[in-house]
Amino acid sequence: MSPLLTKIVSGFALFCLVILIALLYEGVDRIVHARMQRRFGPPLLQPFYDVIKLLGKESIIPRRAVRAVFQASPWMAMTLTLLIFLYIPIGSIPPILAGNGDIILILYLLAASAVMMVIGGFASGSPYANVGSQREMVLMMSYELPLALVVLTLAWLVYKRGVPGAPFSLETFVSVPVWNTVGLIGSMGIFALLLSLLGVVPAEVGKVPMDIAEAKTEILEGFLAEYSGRNLALFKLTFALRSLAMSALLVPLFFPFSLGKLFGLNGASFVLVDFIWFWVKVFLVQIVAITVVRTMYGRFKIWQASQFYWFQMGGLALAGMVLVTLDVMFF
Amino acid sequence: MAIGEGKTYTIPIGPVHVGLKEPITAWLQVDGERIVDVRIRPGAIHRGIEYMARERNPIQVIYLAERICGICSFAHIISFVRAVEDAASIPVPPRAKYIRTILLELERIHSHILWAGVACYTFGYDSAFNLGMLLREKVMDVLEAMTGNRVNYGVGTIGGVRRDITPQVAGAIEEMVEYYKREFSYFYNAVTEDPIVKARMRNVGVLSEKDAVRYCAVGPTARASGLRVDLRWSSPYEAYEDLNVEPIVPQDYFGNAQGDVFDRFFVRVMEVYQSLEIIEQCMDGLPEGPIMHEPKPAKLLNLLKTADGVGQSSIEAPRGDDTHVIKLTQAQENVTWWKVRAPTYANAMSWPIMFKDQEIADAPLIINSIDPCISCMERMLIVNEKGSSTVATKEELIRICRDKTRRLMHR
Repeated sequence: MSPLLTKIVSGFALFCLVILIALLYEGVDRIVHARMQRRFGPPLLQPFYDVIKLLGKESIIPRRAVRAVFQASPWMAMTLTLLIFLYIPIGSIPPILAGNGDIILILYLLAASAVMMVIGGFASGSPYANVGSQREMVLMMSYELPLALVVLTLAWLVYKRGVPGAPFSLETFVSVPVWNTVGLIGSMGIFALLLSLLGVVPAEVGKVPMDIAEAKTEILEGFLAEYSGRNLALFKLTFALRSLAMSALLVPLFFPFSLGKLFGLNGASFVLVDFIWFWVKVFLVQIVAITVVRTMYGRFKIWQASQFYWFQMGGLALAGMVLVTLDVMFF
Repeated sequence: MAIGEGKTYTIPIGPVHVGLKEPITAWLQVDGERIVDVRIRPGAIHRGIEYMARERNPIQVIYLAERICGICSFAHIISFVRAVEDAASIPVPPRAKYIRTILLELERIHSHILWAGVACYTFGYDSAFNLGMLLREKVMDVLEAMTGNRVNYGVGTIGGVRRDITPQVAGAIEEMVEYYKREFSYFYNAVTEDPIVKARMRNVGVLSEKDAVRYCAVGPTARASGLRVDLRWSSPYEAYEDLNVEPIVPQDYFGNAQGDVFDRFFVRVMEVYQSLEIIEQCMDGLPEGPIMHEPKPAKLLNLLKTADGVGQSSIEAPRGDDTHVIKLTQAQENVTWWKVRAPTYANAMSWPIMFKDQEIADAPLIINSIDPCISCMERMLIVNEKGSSTVATKEELIRICRDKTRRLMHR
């Protein structure tokens, strides 16, 4: 097989895998969420049932909607989210498109899929969707600051410490965990960066306390208000995939520790153990960053969320940046 | 976010909306996220209950009155039977008065916990909502043990109550009081100490003391604005005459009343504790004796037939003053007329004030904050021949009433 064909085949296999895992994790998320509220919760496979049922339903297009944009945006949003997984190293397996993209591209893809949702909302011609889209845009502008600060600081750190590989490439972070490159002060700085990024996760994936753009008790699911049937199923998939992608992005950045190396494995068993270990780590991150947080808190208002990201989370990221800089400069 | 000057667009909240328990429509004029103007349109759930009552005798109307509202059903029938007792001068045995008081307070606990949970749900705090629902089950179980039903209890009757408190039920009530004293603080702390809850409830939907007087707010809504109003305190009825019920106002706890959603939340939570105390006192002082003035319905009906006149009653329902006025005519079995004024009707007037300069995100919370019971409130709806409906204004109503009186006089 030619390398291109290999990439295409493995890419599609990966897409199928991440869709399954994303829906499975959402099922677990709903059960854990329910158990923390002393409820039983839905069956594990409920997200699959939901998506399959929605795929068989009629997609209604509102009379006032911009038809083409309204129809295209769910496809675009989901495709862009799926593409992220082509650039994330899974365990010790390098990304399928290794060398062709880095964290900056991943952040662009995340933002682009959110923009697609916003466009879909604006195109649906509903006041609720309009408000939801406005809110999503404001939210995006707010959380980009801490997100950019975290990523820049980490890239600068690995560059300064002379870790082999391109500074923005995720493989660089996998090869040498960032925690190993710094002393005590730097570790504190990286921990602050981690907290800041964890704070950004709910907004990226649209879960409480940052589900402001969807807010069902306020604006009736916001930009999803007019979506139904297949389009809604695609958006549901997009949300599940975004949760998975954000968690999967955190793992190589902050928790790249390999279980295979620890046990001194090699060959196929090394790859397999690290592959499974990667998804276990993603699962744990998703539970901590999304499920627990959405159980603990209520929803912010949009200006409160903006304030939270610009000042609290931005401040935290800045503090982390300063600490890491101090570590690199003086120790 | 708003860039355009004076450009607003309209967003309807309701009549069917995830954040609302009951159908009411608020047409919000919004500029970005800010609410510029609001128009409240009730009228989606009018059922003509008062009209139906005119074809029924007072005992049948008890069951109709119970169905005005699902949550404060007992408050409505007690107000109704007290109005009938007032019109027909029927005495109520002391034990019945105490049992009525206990049931009213149980209902208040159930209503307030439900409201507190729903308020949390409105801003996406689902955990607190589920915890509230879990806590509420206990009082529902006690109500079921006591009356056989969870919602419409069917135990009130003219001149007493139809179910006594058995020793088993007394044990269940005692256990419930213990349970809430132990568990409810957990819910209260979880909610009031949460920074997001504070951020969402403080300074939202403010109703100043002056406005509360001006727009005739009642019940917890008025108390949260700092008014000392509580019918259990100012004009005690049933067993409240023997008890010492003080109205709960936020200034006693925080120094000043802000009249926002948080204060309304706080007042309702504290009233749950107050209700527990009242129930304990009632259980301790429960007098012995009969529970009905006249156990035989046929005899009671004959007694009511001889009555002639207007009876009135106001009681403190969970949401505020619930007033029933009834007219009985001698030698007529049916109720001549009956008027219900549910607390939401009074509180709904304050909505436009509360909405002033708030955000869309607050709208469902503000609507919920007075604990609206729309099915209690809807009394007048005009449907024209084409089928479109409007809600009558005060002037229109007066005009229609006068027209009808003139028609009757000249017949």
